[in-house]
Amino acid sequence: MFTEADLDAIWLTLRLATTVTILLLIVGTPIAWWLARTQSWFKGPIGAIVALPLVLPPTVLGFYMLIAMGPNGVIGQLTQQLGIGLLPFSYWGLVIASVVYSLPFVVQPIQNAMQALGERPIEVAATLRAGPWERFFCVVLPLSKPGFISAAILGFAHTVGEFGVVLMIGGNIPQETRVVSVQIYDYVEAMEYGQAHVLAGLMVAFSFVVLLGVYGFQRQPGSVWGVKT
Amino acid sequence: MNLMKQLPWLVLGCVAATHASADQVHAAVAANFTGAMKSVVAQFEADTGHDVVLSFGSSGKILAQIQNGAPFEVFLSADQAKPEKLEQDGFVVDGSRFTYAIGALALWSSLPDFIENDDARLTSGDFNKLSLANPKLAPYGLAATEVLEALGLTEATQAKWVQGENIAQTYQFVATGNANLGFVALSQIMSEGHVTQGSSWIVPSELYSPIRQDAVLLKKGQDNLAARDLMAYLKSTKAHEIIHSYGYKTE
Repeated sequence: MFTEADLDAIWLTLRLATTVTILLLIVGTPIAWWLARTQSWFKGPIGAIVALPLVLPPTVLGFYMLIAMGPNGVIGQLTQQLGIGLLPFSYWGLVIASVVYSLPFVVQPIQNAMQALGERPIEVAATLRAGPWERFFCVVLPLSKPGFISAAILGFAHTVGEFGVVLMIGGNIPQETRVVSVQIYDYVEAMEYGQAHVLAGLMVAFSFVVLLGVYGFQRQPGSVWGVKT
Repeated sequence: MNLMKQLPWLVLGCVAATHASADQVHAAVAANFTGAMKSVVAQFEADTGHDVVLSFGSSGKILAQIQNGAPFEVFLSADQAKPEKLEQDGFVVDGSRFTYAIGALALWSSLPDFIENDDARLTSGDFNKLSLANPKLAPYGLAATEVLEALGLTEATQAKWVQGENIAQTYQFVATGNANLGFVALSQIMSEGHVTQGSSWIVPSELYSPIRQDAVLLKKGQDNLAARDLMAYLKSTKAHEIIHSYGYKTE
């Protein structure tokens, strides 16, 4: 049913989405914590920047990443000086682009969960002589668990469903940048609709199960981000 | 009462008005022909007074759209296979298919003096990436693989290939400097008979099979005068001159 190229694409997609999700949880948590707690004037602008990938068309985002990561771009010059070379057309280029692209899907649920905690649990922990790190790791993180689970699932699913960005910076290299969405696109363009249907079917089934997981997990009606509303 | 008397004339006037502007044709055009088609159409509109609406995209996508009821009346493909497919499926006015342009392939770099109008740079292997259009999807990509095969460089270069989904994306990879080299359509780097930027090798045409691009009149445009005029215009000397200036040949 699946060709070898399909299986390569599926494996690559899962690997990419897993790496990106882990990185996003590491990068996204401090950003979410800061956004949830800060009174700073920068909260608005930083929040807006994090949310930008929601608005920009993926191909537009991808095109500017291609320029930024290119030999004349800011990121490209940095990576060249560090001896890494250029990022486009590589697995790690895709990872970085995907982290940017899926950032709001991870930061926002975590931020919402942390905001919903309020001051009280943290203050109580402080009166019990918990230090700032202890308060964060032993109180805030466990209590924000639903937000983290939503964030992980959405970040993973969003990376699997990514297309425009990959198309722009990927270069369609087997086992490196040719993910499932690109493979489906290739089938459609080549008029091989049968093969496209099979892969697309798999993707629909996968997405359904993932979303079922999110909504089933949340239970509470009217909550989208894993937070009681 | 007065108004009632005038009403039939008003209605007639409206009908006439819509008819006058009905000489409009909607054409779907393969991405590689974008620049040339805009110039041809500008001249066509000036000469005939018709109005042309243009949609650009990859031929494969346009094909799928036509099969699913897109309102296109004329289709300029990047190859022959897709117009033939539409012919078989009964979307095309019989006998309307013809080759409107024959594409040429160029090896291009955005760096000046990187290529000296030959294959030396390609053979030397002294470049980071080689951008080409996906050979499965784009005729220019297929032509590029034929050239590499003819030069015996397929295996040597394969690890450096990056593929664009279409020739426009292939161009982007080179234009942004991410790939040193790329096989692009000559039409993309040529304007008014000259290659305008970077450096290039215009690949000898005997190294690849001709990239024949066919146009068809679709059944939706069968009774549209503007559509028929546009098809005829594409065969005119005037149109050919414009098409040549973009690096295409015609027959």
